Amino acid sequence: MLELDRLILLLSKLPGLGPRSARRAALFLLKRRESLMEPLAAALAETAAKVQPCSLCGNLDTADPCAICRDPRRDQGMICIVEDMADLWAIERSASYNGLYHVLGGTLSALDGIGPEDLRIEALVARVEKTKAREAILAMNATVEGQTTAHYILDRLAETGVKVTRLAHGVPVGGELDYLDDGTLSAALAARKLLTPD
Amino acid sequence: MRWTDEGVVLATRRHGERALVVEVLTAGHGRHAGLVRGGQGPKLRVLYQTGSRVALTWSARLADHLGTFAGELLFGHAARFIDDRGRLACLAAAAALTATTLPEREPHPRVYTGMSALLDALDRNEGYAACYVRLELDLLAELGYGLDLSRCAATGTREGLTHVSPKSGQAVSAPAAAPYRERLLPLPHFLLDAAEAPNCAAILAGLKLTGFFLDRRVFHPHGRKMPAARSRFVDVLRRTATLSAERIESA
Repeated sequence: MLELDRLILLLSKLPGLGPRSARRAALFLLKRRESLMEPLAAALAETAAKVQPCSLCGNLDTADPCAICRDPRRDQGMICIVEDMADLWAIERSASYNGLYHVLGGTLSALDGIGPEDLRIEALVARVEKTKAREAILAMNATVEGQTTAHYILDRLAETGVKVTRLAHGVPVGGELDYLDDGTLSAALAARKLLTPD
Repeated sequence: MRWTDEGVVLATRRHGERALVVEVLTAGHGRHAGLVRGGQGPKLRVLYQTGSRVALTWSARLADHLGTFAGELLFGHAARFIDDRGRLACLAAAAALTATTLPEREPHPRVYTGMSALLDALDRNEGYAACYVRLELDLLAELGYGLDLSRCAATGTREGLTHVSPKSGQAVSAPAAAPYRERLLPLPHFLLDAAEAPNCAAILAGLKLTGFFLDRRVFHPHGRKMPAARSRFVDVLRRTATLSAERIESA
């Protein structure tokens, strides 16, 4: 049963699965050989063969440039800079942004030894210069590492003359002030909005 | 094994899918790491941000074990100035430097006091760069490479100290320094007088002084480089100095 052991071992490396749950998943797949296991194997093989990072933005797609970069209905003058693919998918889910993206592939981290050369920052600067983008949106996480990376990119983009904005920090929808942490509250107060006309 | 202490979060790294390994600087237990179960979840992620002051309980079966942390947020410093490039760069540099230089599980109350003073200064947005340079001096002293800025290495005088010898780390007075000025490191006066508010040039001179000894005595012997976060902080300060000089010129 070398093949089955190998399958269990590989499944146990997936997020959320340990050896026990990998064994359950393997048995589940074997019981649904035609309906699930074979299509899954085909989908995995096809994805591994075809999906590549987009050379322009770093998004994953079967074509290069990716579907987002090729879409003529999207605003080509706006670039939203995100840390990784999960952030891009989160913004796409919101359906509130219609521009392009740039996936950095992480954040600057002194302890993990991740420097600017390990992220796609040079490619971003070159892209902004080449495409003459109108606006760059820094959509980094509101963490020390995320914002340090945002400040670094802001400095690098200064020479290109592009307008740089960042996502707002503050009270989330459905959030109650009483339960918010002090930091979020002070960020929300600092970024308060004028409602009455001047 | 179990202890309770106050600490400042220096760094975090992911462990598995849900946990975090958190490194903190505590008052009584020095730099200490511990596992935080569920640390990657939305509730605890807020708590374990670099620079947050937390009340911690560490527990483990044996003293040698990594152990687990349970914490409560006392003050989220970084959130107050997350949009301020200079202050954020200063915090990142202080945390990275402390995390990479201090030995683990050795109490260094002087560094903890220095870090607390820096966090307070960052919060007030007053004199934080000077506090940072003093923290680096404290780090050097605690690591056994302290600079002697109390008297001149050549004449023994306590007056007119202007330089530091790169060999001995001792202060040198102006007359004794005159023949060797190019080979000595300038000593900014604010490091001798705690009440003095330094300008940007003095801060940069202070950083050059501490940076020289940190590199030569702490990082270089181990084949390591200074954390990139420190160079970024120095770059931010340099840019600020250039901008203010340009402003003065144009006025």
